[in-house]
Amino acid sequence: MGKYAAWVATPLVLALLVLIWQFYVVVFEVSPFILPPPLAVWHATVELLSEPKTYSHIAITVYETVAGFLIAVIIGIVFGGLLGKIRWLERTLNPLIVGLQVMPKVALIPLFIVWFGFGPTSKVVLAAVISFFPIMTNTILGMKSVETGHRDVMLALNASRWQTFKEVELQNALPFILTGMEVGIVLATIGAIVGEYLGGSQGLGYMAVATLNAFDVTSMFGVIFLLTILGLVLYFFVVMLRRFVTPWHEAVTSTRD
Amino acid sequence: MTPAKAEMNPAPEHQPADLSVSAAKDAMIRLTGVEQRYKTKDHDVLALTDVNLNIGKGEFLVLLGPSGCGKTTLLRIIAGLLQSTSGTVEIDNKPLWNKKARNDDAMDELGVVFQEANMFPWMTIEDNIALPLKLRGVPKAERRARAAELCKMVGIEGFEKRWPRQLSGGMRQRAAIARALSTKPQILLMDEPFGALDAMTRDAMNLELQRIWMESGCTIVLVTHSIREAVFLADRILLLSPRPGRMDTITDIEIERPRDTYVQSTQGFQDYELSLRQRLDSFA
Ligand SMILES: Nc1ncnc2c1ncn2[C@@H]1O[C@H](COP(=O)(O)OP(=O)(O)O)[C@@H](O)[C@H]1O
Ligand SMILES: [Mg+2]
Repeated sequence: MGKYAAWVATPLVLALLVLIWQFYVVVFEVSPFILPPPLAVWHATVELLSEPKTYSHIAITVYETVAGFLIAVIIGIVFGGLLGKIRWLERTLNPLIVGLQVMPKVALIPLFIVWFGFGPTSKVVLAAVISFFPIMTNTILGMKSVETGHRDVMLALNASRWQTFKEVELQNALPFILTGMEVGIVLATIGAIVGEYLGGSQGLGYMAVATLNAFDVTSMFGVIFLLTILGLVLYFFVVMLRRFVTPWHEAVTSTRD
Repeated sequence: MTPAKAEMNPAPEHQPADLSVSAAKDAMIRLTGVEQRYKTKDHDVLALTDVNLNIGKGEFLVLLGPSGCGKTTLLRIIAGLLQSTSGTVEIDNKPLWNKKARNDDAMDELGVVFQEANMFPWMTIEDNIALPLKLRGVPKAERRARAAELCKMVGIEGFEKRWPRQLSGGMRQRAAIARALSTKPQILLMDEPFGALDAMTRDAMNLELQRIWMESGCTIVLVTHSIREAVFLADRILLLSPRPGRMDTITDIEIERPRDTYVQSTQGFQDYELSLRQRLDSFA
């Protein structure tokens, strides 16, 4: 049933939505400047993909997203590990963390542009800052949610703090970290694109703005389509990572049977 | 045949000499004046008081008692998981605690099995079993070999590379016993290790445990609330009475070893069971 839904029902629903879109545009004679028909969007996408400069824009966006995301993963796990292990540090910094978490990070982009320029670096920083928090908070949560029975085993074995961290707390946190990373990669993509919207002359986000400024709404839809595919590909990379990092986890193997 | 039974309470000097190991130097575990108070928000709970006990080298001691009488508390105190609010614990003539710090030498003598197997799901059975060795810096090849040996000993040969959740509850508990035995501890402490298993598996595990104990020669302290399990396994049964938990009676079980399942239908076995049952019922 699960497989049936994924491979048959989902494409059917998608096809139906495209049909409704086409039908709506034709019947109500919607201007292509407001909503171009799906087939035109498809042609525009193919057109975009035949131009070499599209690929350099894609590469820039991928670079910004992945670099920002990787920085967030490393810093998020290190900070999360420290805060999860050192109670007083977490209690001291908690108000600060909550404050930073609530703050809309996108509002920082002008500042990042001042600090890091109009090039990709300011977008890398935004992607990192925006995807760091879910990774860090999930790491802390994962370290704290070690079962009492597991703690007792390590205590009875007279394990050191470092051994308990390495063998138990970090391992226990891995599924949580991966969940944080799944949220993080989506946020990193958004961060990179919003950064490109707001400043600079490179990347898919910039392309979306440029096509709009040229009143080429059909091409803009094509760019959005490419962005969606890009986001999906990155997201599935992270999802696939789970199988390799936590092969022991039920969420990984229970789907097999 | 009547169970050898004696009042342990309240004054220790009434305690007949043969009920506790008289040659003090042979005591593997020595408890002196052990008392445990738990602090809760509104009031303190006296969970355990006036425990004075010597457990001999190679002895199989069973702690029996109704739920809430402090069995787990006492076992955790012996295991070094809890420092008693007063009294002292010595393991092989070494104090378990030096002020607030645990004595590493004493801890090295202990292996603990809990009611839950507490296998780490991210480690294979082999890695779980060999974890205590890894923590002590034993090289990988040696750990492998020892894990294989232990799997054989507890009867889960061939499951070395599986994840814990691929094993049944009984098999996971066998792995937990193997893990506790991996460092060849002198003392094995077990808190209702078979409490979560079905009756048939439980009987089988009791037989295996007896065999492992006879093979290894270690000292075992096992907690249970099953009278039958207690009589089947024990050299001595320490019955605890509740509110507050204290030593009630000590019963020597003089049934030849190795004991088989059928011993449970003999008159002698049932006499022990009956007298313990009556004593337990008198607490209510
Ligand atoms: N951490 C704790 N805090 C407060 N009271 C506790 C705690 N652990 C046990 N107790 C109390 O101590 C008594 C003995 O508990 P326990 O040793 O678990 O008994 P048993 O294992 O024989 O069932 C019980 O009354 C229980 O409520
Ligand atoms: Mg208990």
